Parts: sequence; structure tokens; C-alpha cells
Amino acid sequence: MKITINTFIALSFLLVGTVSFAAGNVKLDSVDIDVSDHESLQRGAKTFINYCMGCHSLSYQRYNRMADDIGINIDQLKENLIFTTDKNGKKSKDGALMKITMQKDYTEKAFGVAPPDLTVIARSNGTNWLYTYLRSFHKDEKSATGFANTVKIVSMPNVLWQLQGEQVLDKKTGKFSISKLGLQTPKEFDATIKDLVTFLSYTGEPIQQTRKTLGIWVLLFMLIFTIVAYFLKKEYWRDIH
Amino acid sequence: MSDNIDTKKRRTLLGATVAVGTVAGVGAVYPLLASMQPSARALAAGASVEIDISNLQIGQQVTVEWRGKPVWIVRRSKKSLEDLATLNDSLVDPNSDVPQQPEYAKNANRSIKDEFLVIVGICTHLGCVPTYRPDIAPADLGADWKGGFFCPCHGSTFDLAGRVYKGVPAPTNLVVPPYKYLSEAKLLIGEGEIT
Amino acid sequence: MMSKILNWIDLRYPLTSTWEQHLSKYYAPKNFNFWYYFGSLALLVLVIQIVTGIFLAMHFKPDAATAFASTEYIMRDVPWGWLVRYMHSTGASMFFIAIYLHMFRGLIYGSFKKPRELLWVIGMLIYVALMAEAFMGYLLPWGQMSYWGGQVIISLFGAIPAIGEPLALWIRGDFVIADATLNRFFAFHVIAIPLILVILVFVHIIALHKVGSNNPDGVNIKEHKDKNGVPLDGIPFHPYYTLKDIVGIGVFMMIFFAIVFFAPEMGGYFIEHANFIPANPMATPEHIAPLWYFTPFYAILRAVPDKFMGVVAMGAAIMILFALPWIDRGKVLSIRYRSVAYKVLIAIFVISFFVLGYLGMQPATATMTLIAQIASIAYFGFFIALFFISKNEKTGEVPKRVT
Repeated sequence: MKITINTFIALSFLLVGTVSFAAGNVKLDSVDIDVSDHESLQRGAKTFINYCMGCHSLSYQRYNRMADDIGINIDQLKENLIFTTDKNGKKSKDGALMKITMQKDYTEKAFGVAPPDLTVIARSNGTNWLYTYLRSFHKDEKSATGFANTVKIVSMPNVLWQLQGEQVLDKKTGKFSISKLGLQTPKEFDATIKDLVTFLSYTGEPIQQTRKTLGIWVLLFMLIFTIVAYFLKKEYWRDIH
Repeated sequence: MSDNIDTKKRRTLLGATVAVGTVAGVGAVYPLLASMQPSARALAAGASVEIDISNLQIGQQVTVEWRGKPVWIVRRSKKSLEDLATLNDSLVDPNSDVPQQPEYAKNANRSIKDEFLVIVGICTHLGCVPTYRPDIAPADLGADWKGGFFCPCHGSTFDLAGRVYKGVPAPTNLVVPPYKYLSEAKLLIGEGEIT
Repeated sequence: MMSKILNWIDLRYPLTSTWEQHLSKYYAPKNFNFWYYFGSLALLVLVIQIVTGIFLAMHFKPDAATAFASTEYIMRDVPWGWLVRYMHSTGASMFFIAIYLHMFRGLIYGSFKKPRELLWVIGMLIYVALMAEAFMGYLLPWGQMSYWGGQVIISLFGAIPAIGEPLALWIRGDFVIADATLNRFFAFHVIAIPLILVILVFVHIIALHKVGSNNPDGVNIKEHKDKNGVPLDGIPFHPYYTLKDIVGIGVFMMIFFAIVFFAPEMGGYFIEHANFIPANPMATPEHIAPLWYFTPFYAILRAVPDKFMGVVAMGAAIMILFALPWIDRGKVLSIRYRSVAYKVLIAIFVISFFVLGYLGMQPATATMTLIAQIASIAYFGFFIALFFISKNEKTGEVPKRVT
């Protein structure tokens, strides 16, 4: 009896950490991403570089590391994905950080705030948040950019509207519908955002796949160690009566 | 304490635990020591450097930074190249037998193209940066000086192929880094032809 | 040969005698249970923290402009840096888990009672030093939680009448938390406090070995010795407890690595989500909470409506633990032989601690604050009630020998 109570208390100490975080006031759509899916990551990287990187940097991510991790070779990388320049105005090197040259003062004037760096955005806001947020732009005449967002009040223009088309919000039901079709169907657009979110989850922690694979081996090894140590202890403790 | 101690079993288990524990210890120490290796940033900064040499005049020297070290490119005159051949007797390693250069630069002029010397400007004695002294027979270096490099720290002298003279503290010739010609006028320092 | 070398050393340094005194002839009660793993585990985590900390300090930049970036640099560019960093961040939380369980063990088995009062006080000093160490370390990554958590805690000093504001200013070295604060916290975190911790831990062990280990029965094993003066219920620490502790370390490290490799953020409790946003002195995150190991005390702070009294209550919640050896006046050590009233009190104390810990993580609403106030009263009520009931407590029969 005593042992069970003791163990219970000890375990509850450990389990405190698993209570999950409450979301904000908007109900977030959940997205099931797979960070080991190279094709999804490559599509996400392309979307990011084409649509987001005009304003948002990935200041802690290196081009060559990205290429390595998402399965594209260095030549393809240099050819198709590096559009930024270094401080001398030359094309960024493949080992460079994915910084952008946009001036902070300029962007602050244009948007009121400097567009944040997005390297670890998936770790602070979560993938579900990003997935919902990027799909929640809708037409709003009152807004300076012509679009508003239900997840967060933002000054960011709806840069993906060409793909998504024009989305409108039904104020009563809170549901979205497409009033003017874009280059992609709603389903394709959701897939594009999913790829983008997958990519941002990757940049948030590039090591995450390796970490889990390695972890299994470490745990297995520790298990062997513990078992051997246990039998050793048991053998010695036969002395004690 | 009981008298019937199974010593053999204890030895075996103790050995097994120590063995597994040692592997665990090595596994724990490895990542720590590996973290002291050059980081991705250092590797990126140490990546190969491109340089345009089309404007380099005869006798002129330019310095580029590669892996934080000065790399010199010197355009040598015909006369200097002819002089190099006459110096062999006063040099420590005239044929560059010590592997201080890539295979493709192990020749009389220690370069891919005779005219252009590409060399790391760090003295092989104690790591000072020598000065470029192309002047012939200056007062301080003597009448036999055919141009070369002089290290101000301890007076080591090198010829215009970076070969070390006899009787100076530096033990070996200056290092030739890996490099290749991307085109007639463009050099890439840090990556050589695969030989 | 070996004995010759040993002999040579022993003439110059008390190697064999130290080994015997503290390990091979240090007699510990033979009935240690699950709760007795956490002392050695806490020592293990201390070593992990010091070693990983040294390697992190090689790459970290204690500079407001570059601290956040250098943390990400460690996570990405430094070979294996991610592992070293996750071990350090997980180690911080695991340190507190081990210490809390270790303290709880001392609480229920009366390990703070005569003659171990000083041992307990030294242990409390370690706990306070550890809190300072953890707090200063958390500022270093320079994320939003680092910054605002630091801001809130340092502002507490500002609540002290008269000297408060100048004191807070002196601690920060600037009008807000700034580069100067980060730089000095780095100095404290990497050398000053670790040094204090190591010395205190050393003293703690010396004090323990002077008085001997307590046990789940609270029986003094030194009262029954054989003709050689060895306690009948004692066994040499080495090899018996060293081997047992190694098994404990194996299990503990499995849990540790499960977190490091599969859930390093631990759902935002070991590394908070908002700490992935660089510190911004112009905007506070919507919801700030300290890391879980501080939340019980943070909840007490918020439960008191007055700023200064809140700080006093929070400080008292920690300080009262120092006085535990004199608050608990019971002669019987172990919970096993104490009254039902005592057991109820312990239950109330544990529940109030968990409730406070949970509330400290949540936004303060009116209901939450009310619950926090009740839990705070329960927390302090435990000590007050304990003082009174322990005087003439109806206890069970304590056995002569360990069971």
C-alpha cells in the first residue's frame, strides 16, 4: 500500500509535464505534417522562397543544410532557390544563412512592424496555428491591405491571394468561402499551406528527425545497461538478509 | 554475509556492467568533444574563395582571405621564373619533396600556371606573415636576393616560389593551398582538381 | 605493486581512509526504499549540468544582440550542439524533480530531525542556490520568456520598502533588463553559483556522513552494533548502495533521454514556446509563467492582493522550510509510525503544493485566484498545524530494529 502511494506521488511529479497547452481564442484547425517527407519539404521551401522570403528571413538556417536535409543537390539549390545577395551584392553562397537584404527601416515604414524572422516560428506558435492562420485571410474593405485575418490582427498583406483567390467570411456562421477562384482549388491551396507549414516546422528544428532515430538507439542501449546493472546488483544483494 | 558467494558470476556481471558502462561513457563523451569541431558557420566561412586575376600586373601581389588566412597571388615575370631555377643549391627543399603543396603544384615553379604563384602567406616557422620583397639585391637582404618573401619575426627567407632558403629558422617551404582555374581569369581557392 | 603505490599515496594523502570512511565502511541502513535514489540522482544531474554547461559556454554569447542567435547557432551549426543544449535544458527540470522528491523523502521520514537539523538546513541552502542558478540560466537564451520572466522576478525586489527600487536597479545594472543584466547573470550562472553549489553539496555529504543516513523506519541503526562496532542493520555503502544507485541511474537516464530525444520541450514545460521569440522589451507575451519548478511559489505571490505582502508570502513559503526541524516537534521520525492526523496533514500539503504549481502556470482569473488563496492557506496551514499536533502526537510503536 505504502509503495503504491509513494509511486503514485512520484509519477504524478513526472506527469505534470504532459498537460497540454490551451489554444488561444480561435479554434485552430489541426494539420498532420510529416517532416520526413522530402517532396512536401521541397514544395514548402519553394513556396517560402517565392512568396515569403521577400520580407521574411530564415536567419538561422543555412542554404546548404536545408538542401542536404530536404534532399536537393547543391547545383539545384544554387540554380533554383538562392535569390538573395550577400553584403557585397553578390549572390549568396550555398553555406550562407538565409538572410534577406530588405531594410528594417523600410519595412517598418511600410507595414508598421518589421516582418519577423521565421526560422523558429513553428516552435513558438505551433504548426496548427500557422496552418490555420495562413488559411484565414479574407476580404475586408476596411483593412488597408484589403484583407483581414481571423486568427490574428496583422498588417501583413495576403501574399498568397493569387493562389487562393478571394476568400470571404460569413460573419454569422464564421465559415469561409471562395468568392473568386485563384490559381489553385481550395484543396490544392490547403496542400500548399500544409507543405509550407511542414517546411517551417523543419526550419524550426532541423535535427528533429535525426533526434528521434538516434533516441531509439540510446534508449535501447540504456535499457541493456540497466538490465545488466540490475542483475549485478541483485547478485551482490544476495548477501543481505 | 553469506558464505556461498558465486565469485565467478559476480566477476562476469561486473565485467559486463563495466563494459556496457564504458561504451555509454564513450557515447556520452563523443558528442561533447565533437562539439568542439569547426561549426557549420566556420565551414561556411572557410568555403572556397573566387578571385579575378585579369587585372594583376607583372610583379604585383594580391592577398585574399581564405579560412581566415592570407593567400597571396603573385604574377611572376619571365626573369623571376628563370632566376628560380638558379637558386636550387641554396634552398632546403628545391624539388618540393615535403608535401606542402597539392600534387598538381609539385613542380619547379610550385604552381599550375608558371606565371601565377598561389601560396598561403604564413611562415612555416611560427606562423607570422612574411612580407613580399620583389626588389632585387636590396641592402638588407644581400646581393644574391632575387626577390621573394621575408619573415620579419625571425628572418626566414623564401624565394618567389615560396621555397625556404637554407640557414633560416623556417623548416619547410610555404604551403600551396588547393586551387583551380575556373576560367582564364578566375581562380577558385580552397578547392582543387581531384588528382 | 599496486599496494606499494597505494601505500606511497596513503603516507601523503588519506586515500584509503577516505574511501573507507565514505564508501566501503560507511554503513547505511539496509532498508532504503525507492525514495532513497534521489540523492545520488541529484548529484548525477549536477554533474550533467556542469559538464554540458561547460561545452555550451564555449559557443554561447552573453550579449543581448547575439544571445538568441547564438542559442540557435548551438542548436544548428555546432556539431551535436542540439544534444548538449537539450541535455542542459532537460537537466534543469530533472534537477528540480530529483530535488523535490529528495526533499519530500526527508519530510515524510523525518530526516531533518535531531541530529540531522543542520543537514536539512544545508540542503535547503542548496535548494535556494539551485533556484538562483535556474533563474539566471533561464535569462540566457534571451527569448521572450527569459526576458519577461526575469523582468517580473527582479521587479519583486522592487517591492521591498525604501531600498526596493534602487536594489532592483542595481541587480539589473540598467533601467530595464538589458545587456548588462544578461552579462552579469552569465557570470553568476557559469561560475559563482555553480561553485557555491558544489561546495554546499560537498558539505551536505560530509554532514550526512557525520550523523549517518536515516531510513524509512526512522530507527537509529547505531544503537545496535556487533562486537566490531558495525551497526547490525547497516551495510557498507559500497558495493551495495553504489550498485543499487547505478540501477537507479539507468532507469533515470532512460526517462531523461526519452525527454531529450522525443520531447525536449516537454509540451512547453521544460522549454516554453514563447522563448522561441527573441526578447522584445516593447511587448510582453500574452501569458507569462515561470518554469514549472517555480510555479507553486509564483501562485502564492499572486494569491496575495498586496504587492509587498505577496513578495513576503512568497519568501516565507520558501523560508519556512528552513525551520522545519523546529516546527515538527514530534519525537517519532518516520511517517510509518505517526498519527493519522499527521498523515492527513502531509496529504493536504502535497495537494496544496500541486494545486499551487498548476495555478502558477495558468492565467490569473478570479476563481483561480480564490483557489490559489485557499491553497496558500493550506500550504502555510500545514506548518502551523504541524507545530501544534506534533507536540503531543499519539504515535505508533517504533520498532527497535529496521523492518
